[in-house]
Amino acid sequence: MTTTTTTTTAKAHPVTRRGRSPWEAFRRLPWWGAVLLLVLLGLLWIYPFVWMVSASLKSSTEIFSGGVSLWPEEFVWENYARAWDDAGFGRYMLNTVIVTLATVVIVVVRCALCGYVLGRYRFPGSRIVIGILVATLFVPTGYTIIPIVKLSMELGVLNSLTGMVLALGGAANVSFILIYAGYFRQLPKELEEAAIMDGAGFFRVFWTIMLPLSMPVTATVALLTFLATWNAFFLPLVFSFSRPELRTLSVGMQAFVGENATDWSGMAAAGVISIVPIVVLFLFLQRYFVEGIAGAVKS
Amino acid sequence: MPAPVRGAHLRRRNVWIWAFLMPTVVLYGLYTIYPIVASYWYSLVEWNGFESEQRFVGFSNYEAVLADPGFWNSVWVTVVFTLLVAPARIILSLLLAIVLNSPKLPFAALFRTVYFLPVVTTTAIVGVVMQFIFDPASGPINAALQTLGQSKGINFLGESGLALLTVSAVYVWKFFGITMIYWLAALQTIPRDLYEAAKIDGASAVQTFRHITLPLLMPFLLIITVLTIEDTFRAFDLMQSMTGGGPFFGTEVIEIYIYRWAFAASIPQLGFASAAAVLFGLFVMVFGFFQLWAVYAARRLRESTR
Repeated sequence: MTTTTTTTTAKAHPVTRRGRSPWEAFRRLPWWGAVLLLVLLGLLWIYPFVWMVSASLKSSTEIFSGGVSLWPEEFVWENYARAWDDAGFGRYMLNTVIVTLATVVIVVVRCALCGYVLGRYRFPGSRIVIGILVATLFVPTGYTIIPIVKLSMELGVLNSLTGMVLALGGAANVSFILIYAGYFRQLPKELEEAAIMDGAGFFRVFWTIMLPLSMPVTATVALLTFLATWNAFFLPLVFSFSRPELRTLSVGMQAFVGENATDWSGMAAAGVISIVPIVVLFLFLQRYFVEGIAGAVKS
Repeated sequence: MPAPVRGAHLRRRNVWIWAFLMPTVVLYGLYTIYPIVASYWYSLVEWNGFESEQRFVGFSNYEAVLADPGFWNSVWVTVVFTLLVAPARIILSLLLAIVLNSPKLPFAALFRTVYFLPVVTTTAIVGVVMQFIFDPASGPINAALQTLGQSKGINFLGESGLALLTVSAVYVWKFFGITMIYWLAALQTIPRDLYEAAKIDGASAVQTFRHITLPLLMPFLLIITVLTIEDTFRAFDLMQSMTGGGPFFGTEVIEIYIYRWAFAASIPQLGFASAAAVLFGLFVMVFGFFQLWAVYAARRLRESTR
């Protein structure tokens, strides 16, 4: 790009020109350069996944002969059976699905109820509640993990999926409450007034009018919670120390590599099994993912 | 409405309000607020295992933590890691977002999907896969280097300094997409007609960036920087699955340090680990106040640029 002088000289080419001249082609060159660069970068970005899929279909001998080729000499589907049955990934998948769905339900219900009253009502103590929530906007798991384990032990839920779900559902998630509160706050008052005239109570107003209106927020919160829980590692790791049958996919992967350090193809197959569901979900609901994450900046 | 009825109505309303707050009060109280408070107590006791007795020892855990070179190493690693990955994430993703935001770019949506893809994948799984990808003997990276004439494999995860660099690179690859989405959201707040106007005035791309894009992105830069730095404190999953904090504690961030003393030691030092956790929590809390300030400052900035 040339740096033109800042004096507003009349442009040499009128704007109405069709992109046909060599000059136009030259001006577009940087763009094609950029596209090429983006393609190369993109290939680098997806390479690890391509390698993982490729390794999951190779035989062990082929992997260790150290070829760079991504196309297997012969497709060994048996790796998947080994990961699913022998390594227990079928079981881990079930655990992950159970824990994720239960946590999503808990978080959505909890944050919707809490966000609703904080967003639409002033009541004694409301400012204190909001203050405490904002103060704990960001709490890393490493900070709270020891008391959480001790507490779960006291409650008798340490080595159980229930304990895992409660701990994951009770994590801060303050931003979700705030998103709900902000959304409910801006809904016009007339919406509920008509219902109250008809004699609807507090709960019915929420259940029949407010909650259906908040579906876009619910979709975002559910999706982001799904993502976070499906990928959770720290809490499930600690909760399944003494009960291997409670492992989720991410914890199972650690254990698998610890026990079978040489089974690369099995490891890769287990990785594909673990990652495919969340990637498929993302590809189908991409817009909501992106909007949910962008929301952190917009607020 | 007559007054007494109104009072009863208000009371009933408040009962409902607290009923709605209950799930959050209970769950969040038990699993977030209580642990934050309990950590302070636990940091003052000697406590070797979740089943064993707690003995009050005052501040001696803090003395022990602050005297432990391992703790300072983990603080150092955390800081270096943040300094390595935060600027890379913020600046690279801004450049990429500007290119992707251009109306002239073909396949912009596809590129966006590709760069965002690592974000949704499970960190702990990716960490394990990366161990294999960077394997000195049979990993594809070293295989590629060999074909390029590098006879001796590079042990990416075998030396402290290099391991931290490698993990940082993987971290940037993995979470880069989040920051990119932040920037794209920020760029979309800039009205297109400003660019049209600049074009008519004959401004070059560089000038447009300097005089239009950059000033308008300033408030976002503050928030995005804070959010990104906060993210870097949460590197447990990647470190634990890729290096376990090794080699020789070279990638041991604070969360791994706490985990090691509480869960991975033969005799767990829970009081000691709690003291480290409290120090970590205080540090994060201070940063949280900084975040609130940043949001406030960004609002002021945005109002002044309008």
